[in-house]
Amino acid sequence: MRYLPQTKESRKAMMDAVGVDSVDALYKDVPAQAFIDGLADLPMHMGELEVERKLSAYANENRAAPQGPFFLGAGVYYHHVPSTVDYVIQRSEFLTAYTPYQPEIAQGTLTAIFEFQTFIARLTGQDIANASLYDGATATAEAALMAMRVTRRNKICVANALHFDYRAVLKSYMGNHEGTEIFDGAPDEQTACVILQSPDFFGKPHAYEDWRKKCDETGALLVVVVNEIISLGLLPAPDCADIVCGEAQSIGLPMSFGGPHLGFFACKEKFLRQMPGRLCGQTLDADGKRGYVLTLNTREQHIRREKATSNICTNQGLCALAFTVHMALLGEDGFRRLARLNHEAACKLADALSAVDGVTVPGDSFFNEFVIELSKPSAEVVDALAARGIIAGYALDDRQLLVTATEMAQDADIKALAAALQDVLN
Amino acid sequence: MSAEAKVEELTMRTMNEAAGEGGRGLNYEENLLWEKERSDHPGVDLPEPEGMALRTGRPARETIGLPQVSEPQVVRHFVRLSTWNYSIDHGFFPLGSCTMKHNPRLNEKMARLPGFAHIHPLQPENTVQGALKLMYELQHWLAELTGLPGVCLSPAAGAHGELAGMMTIRRAHEAKGNGHKKVVLVPDSAHGTNPATAAICGYTIRTIKTSETGRLTLEAFKEALYAGQDDGGDVAGMMVTNPNTCGLFEREIIPIADLLHEAGGYFYCDGANFNALVGKIRPGAFGVDVMHINLHKTFSTPHGGGGPGSGPICVTEELAPYLPVPTITCENDTYRLQYEDEAGRPESLGRLRGFVGQFGMHVRALSYMMSHGADGLKQVAEDAVLNANYILSQLKDDYHVPYEGPCMHECLLTDKMQKDQGVTTLDIAKTLCERGYHPMTVYFPLVVNGAMLIEPTETESKDAIDRFITVMKEIAADTAAGDTDKFHAYPESTPRRRLDEVLAARQPVLNWKE
Repeated sequence: MRYLPQTKESRKAMMDAVGVDSVDALYKDVPAQAFIDGLADLPMHMGELEVERKLSAYANENRAAPQGPFFLGAGVYYHHVPSTVDYVIQRSEFLTAYTPYQPEIAQGTLTAIFEFQTFIARLTGQDIANASLYDGATATAEAALMAMRVTRRNKICVANALHFDYRAVLKSYMGNHEGTEIFDGAPDEQTACVILQSPDFFGKPHAYEDWRKKCDETGALLVVVVNEIISLGLLPAPDCADIVCGEAQSIGLPMSFGGPHLGFFACKEKFLRQMPGRLCGQTLDADGKRGYVLTLNTREQHIRREKATSNICTNQGLCALAFTVHMALLGEDGFRRLARLNHEAACKLADALSAVDGVTVPGDSFFNEFVIELSKPSAEVVDALAARGIIAGYALDDRQLLVTATEMAQDADIKALAAALQDVLN
Repeated sequence: MSAEAKVEELTMRTMNEAAGEGGRGLNYEENLLWEKERSDHPGVDLPEPEGMALRTGRPARETIGLPQVSEPQVVRHFVRLSTWNYSIDHGFFPLGSCTMKHNPRLNEKMARLPGFAHIHPLQPENTVQGALKLMYELQHWLAELTGLPGVCLSPAAGAHGELAGMMTIRRAHEAKGNGHKKVVLVPDSAHGTNPATAAICGYTIRTIKTSETGRLTLEAFKEALYAGQDDGGDVAGMMVTNPNTCGLFEREIIPIADLLHEAGGYFYCDGANFNALVGKIRPGAFGVDVMHINLHKTFSTPHGGGGPGSGPICVTEELAPYLPVPTITCENDTYRLQYEDEAGRPESLGRLRGFVGQFGMHVRALSYMMSHGADGLKQVAEDAVLNANYILSQLKDDYHVPYEGPCMHECLLTDKMQKDQGVTTLDIAKTLCERGYHPMTVYFPLVVNGAMLIEPTETESKDAIDRFITVMKEIAADTAAGDTDKFHAYPESTPRRRLDEVLAARQPVLNWKE
């Protein structure tokens, strides 16, 4: 009961002050049938050491990335996070603060959000960015919903290979709106937006210009989705898009089995009032000093209720802070260099795998991941390599494997993968 | 000066010049990253790229426009910013409906174990059995505590859980051929997310009026239920928070739920206030069909200045087939993720978030549940309720109490007794900031004027609560004595004084510009 400060004596004193004999008297409005009979059928309390032993045993049943060669990406990426990041986000003042609704005593969080919004706007080449969304998949669905509000149209065009989870979430969200349609190909006059992922799910970077032109011709918005945000340190900025959204887990956050991650959302200023999610804005205080507040919340659910642009009422606050700290450490030169190092690791991986019998590397343009073709079914190969301590990549249909190399992949890891593939495939 | 005049006068330059200079004592000023002198090297040391030819098929990006500083400068920057925040580790944080309880550091340590932090959601299932087991166990705890056996952990936050829950209801109606049900009943005291969520799911909102007791009455409920059709046949469900947002348990919840079920509707319970019930009362036993649980409220995962949250949903057996994917199953000691395919749950509404959910929050929540156990969680609910009633008993003569108690885990007061002296809820909140407290939730729920919703949680000692009560009594006493000017000026000792929100909205400046 280490988390409970009340004592027998203090509980008694408070009950006396309230004028009841037992706490149950305070639950008098609750129907008898709803009470748990005695205690729930669950274990009793445990000391810190016991919990730590139990959960460590669970953790040890998992194969963690640092245990050996690791080439899996597909929307979640294994990168190095500087120790400063975790130190800063574990400061009580950030970790245990609430949403900054009382700005006079939340300027730390608000200032960091303002810096986060600036980082995202600059990386994406957009005018404005919000304070973050749940993840890349929901950010993409929110972008489609926003495009529907702006254009008053209800067809969503998927231009290329969109991440399968993003597509599935898009489909679920669209299912709530009658008459909506998701289709592949090119936009028409009823299309609200074109969703272009770059690099696409298979790792290939795309040019934005042709799609911009198609959007201009039909009046659709161009949504560029980025789920490896480090690619923006090497690939051209999607500044011609109307909305740029996606996943920023690669900066500051561990993979953590898929979450919490960091959805980001940026757009052109003219769409400001149709944007989902929280926004932090600059203002002045009563003494004329610069400060920050959550702003334009008349778009949000707590004011607009059923007329809100979205039901979202949180961002991924601490994840956005981790991103901001990591970006501050990287700076302009570090971020660009990190992007280069990722690309070079992938180039080395492509060269090493091309030399393996039974592997072809068909693509010639990628950022840090690409598809290879195997002489055997890829799912079997992934399992065989996992048994050898190598996480080889993501098995696509049949004989295709999506492999990723970040700055974490050392030359020895690449050699180990190539050797194991040579062995398993021949 | 009016906001309009300020907007006219201010340029970005003058705004940036208004950044504070220097500082006093331990109160530091700090400029933005972009305003610092640019270093010729970054705060990380990375190896030199080899200069290989690009294979991106695209031109290399030119300048991005990022700042550049060394590691010590980054540390100092963020540590200084942190000193401008109030947090639960600082002090009492009685924010109603938000459950700002102690966040144990053990949970942080557990989530950072390499076997949890550095695993990928698409790894082969046999390499992540420990993670799946943990999630399976969390599903079991939530099912047992709510009395609702179907659990999906994937929703990313409370509002996302609401969306998942209402979409589950919608899916069930469609599967049963009841797609014509288009109305959702929502009390006027509800969180704004409830009507927003129902609207996003394509439902029409019909409001249930709260009675003068601060609760729903069977009469008011019937009026709403039958307002469209005689048998309530157009009603898909209701979204009710219980305990409600006035901090009161809905006494007539069982007859209300019965009538709703008779009309073919489902009962969505907003789980924001589960801290009053955990380990003691099962919502499944008072008629709830679907409920989301805020792991960041009841189960102590940190609020982090606004997320990440986590909002698993729990449903009845009848609704379980329609839950979002994935969910975790166990057969012969092997844990698997269940999807929409034929072997899994083909009737599922689909996916609402990438991968499996906010897994790091699942680890933290289970660490907390194990620490408390069934016995500790019951004590959590009882202490939370006792603490709130104690505050109510001590402040009921100083502040207007709109609805008779006992309350549950939070108590509702208003500024009615202070307003005539010109002191409002906002002034009281800002005075609490000045006095070293985070204010309570203000102006919510909307059903009373000048609401102050106080939720102490179970992790405050009587001594800490008594000190808060003393401050609240002093504010009331000074107001009664007419000593009120100071209240409009507060806060004075905080890093910033009252901020001009109108200015921020009139002239939106959402990122740094030179």
